[in-house]
Amino acid sequence: MGRYVARRLLQMIPVFLGSTMLVFAMMYALPGDPVRALAGEQTVDPAQIAAMKHKLGLDLPLWHQYWNYLTGLFHWDFGTEIASGRPVADTIADAFPITIRLALFAFLFTVIVGISMGVFAGLKADTLRDRGLLILTLLLISVPSFVLGFLGQYLFAFQLGWVDPNVSAEANWSELFLPAVVLGSLSLAYVARLTRTSVAENLRADYMRTAVAKGLPRRRVVGVHLMRNSMIPVVTFLGTDLGALLGGAVVTEGIFNVQGVGRAVFGALQHREGATVVGIVTLIVIVYLVTSLLVDLLYAVLDPRIRYA
Amino acid sequence: MTIIDKTADVPAPRGSNDESGPLLEVRDLHVEFHTRDGVAKAVNGVNYNVSAGETLAVLGESGSGKSVTAQAIMGILDMPPGRIPKGEILFRGQDMLKMSNEERRQIRGQKIAMIFQDALSSLNPVLSVGYQLGEMFRVHKGMSKKDAKAKAIALMDRVRIPAAKERINDYPHQFSGGMRQRIMIAMALALEPDLIIADEPTTALDVTVQAQVMDLLAELQRDFNMGLILITHDLGVVADVADKIAVMYAGRIVETAPVHEIYKRPAHPYTKGLLESIPRLDQKGQELYAIKGLPPNLLHVPSGCAFNPRCTMAQDICRTDIPALLPVTERDGTELVGRGSACHFWKETIHG
Repeated sequence: MGRYVARRLLQMIPVFLGSTMLVFAMMYALPGDPVRALAGEQTVDPAQIAAMKHKLGLDLPLWHQYWNYLTGLFHWDFGTEIASGRPVADTIADAFPITIRLALFAFLFTVIVGISMGVFAGLKADTLRDRGLLILTLLLISVPSFVLGFLGQYLFAFQLGWVDPNVSAEANWSELFLPAVVLGSLSLAYVARLTRTSVAENLRADYMRTAVAKGLPRRRVVGVHLMRNSMIPVVTFLGTDLGALLGGAVVTEGIFNVQGVGRAVFGALQHREGATVVGIVTLIVIVYLVTSLLVDLLYAVLDPRIRYA
Repeated sequence: MTIIDKTADVPAPRGSNDESGPLLEVRDLHVEFHTRDGVAKAVNGVNYNVSAGETLAVLGESGSGKSVTAQAIMGILDMPPGRIPKGEILFRGQDMLKMSNEERRQIRGQKIAMIFQDALSSLNPVLSVGYQLGEMFRVHKGMSKKDAKAKAIALMDRVRIPAAKERINDYPHQFSGGMRQRIMIAMALALEPDLIIADEPTTALDVTVQAQVMDLLAELQRDFNMGLILITHDLGVVADVADKIAVMYAGRIVETAPVHEIYKRPAHPYTKGLLESIPRLDQKGQELYAIKGLPPNLLHVPSGCAFNPRCTMAQDICRTDIPALLPVTERDGTELVGRGSACHFWKETIHG
């Protein structure tokens, strides 16, 4: 187990280097010039621009810029935004807590509602309630999140007035409810379907018959014997899903004006703020790697037939 | 709590119960399955009984209804699609089919336990064997985790699993096939039930292990004076263990007999066919006999005797009249105790 974790952690190093390099190169290749953009419509002396680029190190070859960036990272220096002169670390520190809150909220919603719906349908597969759930999840999967977002905003904020249409800079839990539901609804549909299939399948397993034959009460048969087995594939999905949610959601955050990672990265891309984009993407990659490692470890806890060496 | 619970607190001495009748009595049991293609009549009027300390072997090929009868007794039939339109299952004189779900649950595991065929799939793969064994004590006896674990270790010792203490936290996949079946037996035995139903307990095992497991089962049955229903399609397994045999075909019992009688003189052509299809050392090199044809489709059971399309003795009457299970007698009319045959020509079969 320990060796397995160590190996997985070591594997993160090349993934980290590769992903940062890739994003770095892509930012370099993008058309547009952040320094020239500072001046807007005004005509500027090219020499002035060149001087500024030299100051920021943007005139160096790609590999050199990347090297500078990496060495900076080791001193916890994520670089500085060109336009505002603000350290990228500050932008990240502002955006991530909000996204984490939104992601956890959406995740909780997905887990609780999705699994309950799946169990509810799976216990009585091929009945009316099962079919109803199937149609509902199909709808959630096929409707794009921006439609769902605007629809929710129109209905609950503008028509019913239950919530504010926009999330303030504080991003309170109550404000985040609607965005979290919209963000979590797609995974909710997948989780519900996965749970439903898993439950319906395991219900027919031989060990379930044994559990009944042992004279166990139904809540124990379902709650212990069925659920322990049915949750294995669902947990795997939930883990990767949590990673994806933590990566921010450009569309949902945009609709509800959530000042999270998705918006930050989108804004940085528009302004060609290379350091910000690379910094955030790198963090997202690390979060994703860590959550998938945790999922793999949890998998072995849930299913004793799996052993890591 | 129910009355059953109360009697459980004061264990009556086994075999000397207030009811003098058999432990379990199945009367005219019918089971059918409603499928998309029609109604499959899996069990059509089965009668049998088991007393304490007695072993009844139920023989028959796949689809003969032997397992379905057992599942109906256990109350683990899938209903729907299964349905019991007719019949009684009396346990100590009480009809279990009329009991509430909770009453039946109290009987399951405590009074009647079941051993399944494939121990690997019948044990929960993600729970340790100690947990699954201990569960019996925790749920039915309200024991603490620690006490239940100690009991589980004692059980594993009882069924002779080596190093029980070290292996208590292992999972089913870490045991060999024979050991897994021992765990199944231990689980069935946990609360010292009055009756154990073993549904092909050795079919999934190596031949070398089969005998060990059967011996263990027979020994435990003797020690606890339990009733045992042994469901099998292996005539060889039956001979050493069973007291009496019921042969099933297409959801009916076609022959009943004390165990040794049936090998000597079968009274039904189907039983005769089964016995002749056992490989024998003295017939080495000869082609093995096989009953022609296929088991009947339960959606369309042949009219008359269900065995008639495959029977070498079939006459016109076999295609029209269903033979009843009638007592079998000697040539001179003296009764053969415990013997019965559902064949129009049982006289010709046994004496001819």
